[in-house]
Formats: sequence, structure tokens, C-alpha cells
Amino acid sequence: MPKKILHVVRSAYRATIEEQDDTVLWFTQAMKGAGADVAVLLTENAVNYATEGQDCSGLAFGRKKQTQPPTIDAEVAKICSKGIEVLYVAEDAKALGLEPTDLVGGPKSISRKEVPALFARYDLVFRW
Amino acid sequence: MSKQHLNFLLMDAPYEQARTTTGFRMIDAALRKGHDVTVFCYEGAVALAFAKQVPHANAVHGRDAAQEDHPNPKDWVAALLDLAQEKGSKLTWIQCGLCVDERGVGEAVAGTVRGSPADFHKAVEAANNTIVIPTR
Repeated sequence: MPKKILHVVRSAYRATIEEQDDTVLWFTQAMKGAGADVAVLLTENAVNYATEGQDCSGLAFGRKKQTQPPTIDAEVAKICSKGIEVLYVAEDAKALGLEPTDLVGGPKSISRKEVPALFARYDLVFRW
Repeated sequence: MSKQHLNFLLMDAPYEQARTTTGFRMIDAALRKGHDVTVFCYEGAVALAFAKQVPHANAVHGRDAAQEDHPNPKDWVAALLDLAQEKGSKLTWIQCGLCVDERGVGEAVAGTVRGSPADFHKAVEAANNTIVIPTR
């Protein structure tokens, strides 16, 4: 049995334009593809990754256009569809003014007080 | 203590954060105690081992290049690889290949290898413990 790993994502929108993705969400999917038992907890500003309808298309520097902008909300939904559990801290969503109906389908809400018990379910917790 | 295998993930680019030095100090300490270490360099950290880093003079310090002896992280990586050999430890320094390519830093110091998150996963499974040192 592979070790159970929880990726805690808190640093949001770091290099997402250049990488066309979030580096941790990408890494999580790559690890899953290699056989890892992984899950994701979105905290703080990274909760916004689950907000549906984000659109950062249209960026251009001079004549150089960004033709494949990141679609982080779609990535979150895709991760869930791959069988990776994605959770988010409800209080952090509320602080950002987000209602559950604002989010893509798939991620599950967890309260901050439940986070320690969540950590206890995993062999390794990587806090990015 | 019996030989342990520690796994590190570094993410910060060189010359940006004190976290890099802290990570190197932990790796050094583990190797000095004879433990095996795997390092997976992700994103900007792949430039730590970039072979074309060059030291420079520092006019503010009033020193030429030789006097300044400016540290280049590639030399730290090479020194850690030498230390591992000296101590009979195994240091596996993995460079995320895609991160290397997008930054054009393919020329790394000898002893480093190209890899992917799958190699990190293997190291997680093989190691006694793993520490991720992400950028902020």
C-alpha cells in the first residue's frame, strides 16, 4: 500500500500564467499517475481555485498572446474526476465571500476544527 | 542511529530565499551522520545546480571576484555530492526535467540526474521521511 499523502495548498496563483496550471495541483496529478495515494486540501486564498467560471484569457504582451491560459477551476474538477479527494476549508471560503454554489462540483467542505483529524488520516502532509 | 533515508523537495530558485540555505544545511547534517538523502528539485530549484553560474566581484564590498569568493549554489550541490561520497552515504539529486527545460538550465553539475514527479513518488515510498520545502 502506498503512503497516504495530503497536499495542503495555501499559496494561490503563484506562476499560474507561466505554468498554465497551479504547480501543486499539477504535481498532485503527476504523482497520482505514478501510483501515489494523494488528496488535496485547499486553504486560505487557494480555496478560490474551486470558484467556477474563472477566466484569465486575453493576456498579451506586445504581439505575443497567451493562447492556452490556465483553467484552474476546470483542473480542480478534473482532479476530483480522477478519484483524488479535494477538500477546502469552509471558513476560508466564507472569508473570500464564496458560497458552496459558487464552486465547481467535486470539492468537499471541511471546517477548520476538523483539519487536525484530517491530517491524522494521512502518513504524510505536505504544506505548500 | 541506523542509516536512514531522508527525502527532500526543494522549490525555491537560487538567490531568493533563506529556505534554500536551511534546506542545504539539513541535507549536509544528514549526510554527515551517514544517512542517505534524495533531493527532488522542483520549479526554480532546478537552477540550484545550473553549471553556468559564475561568481562576481563586488564593488560595494571593494573586493575583486577572487576576494569576494561569491557563493554559487552549484558549488554547494557539488560539495554535498562529494560529502556523500566521503561519508559513504548516497545522495541522489533529481532535477525535474520539465522544469529544467522551460528554464533552459539543462547544464547541471556532474552527479545530478533528470527525473519527474514519479521519481519523487518513488523516493517518498522508499524514504523514512520526506520534507517538502515549498516556495511562498
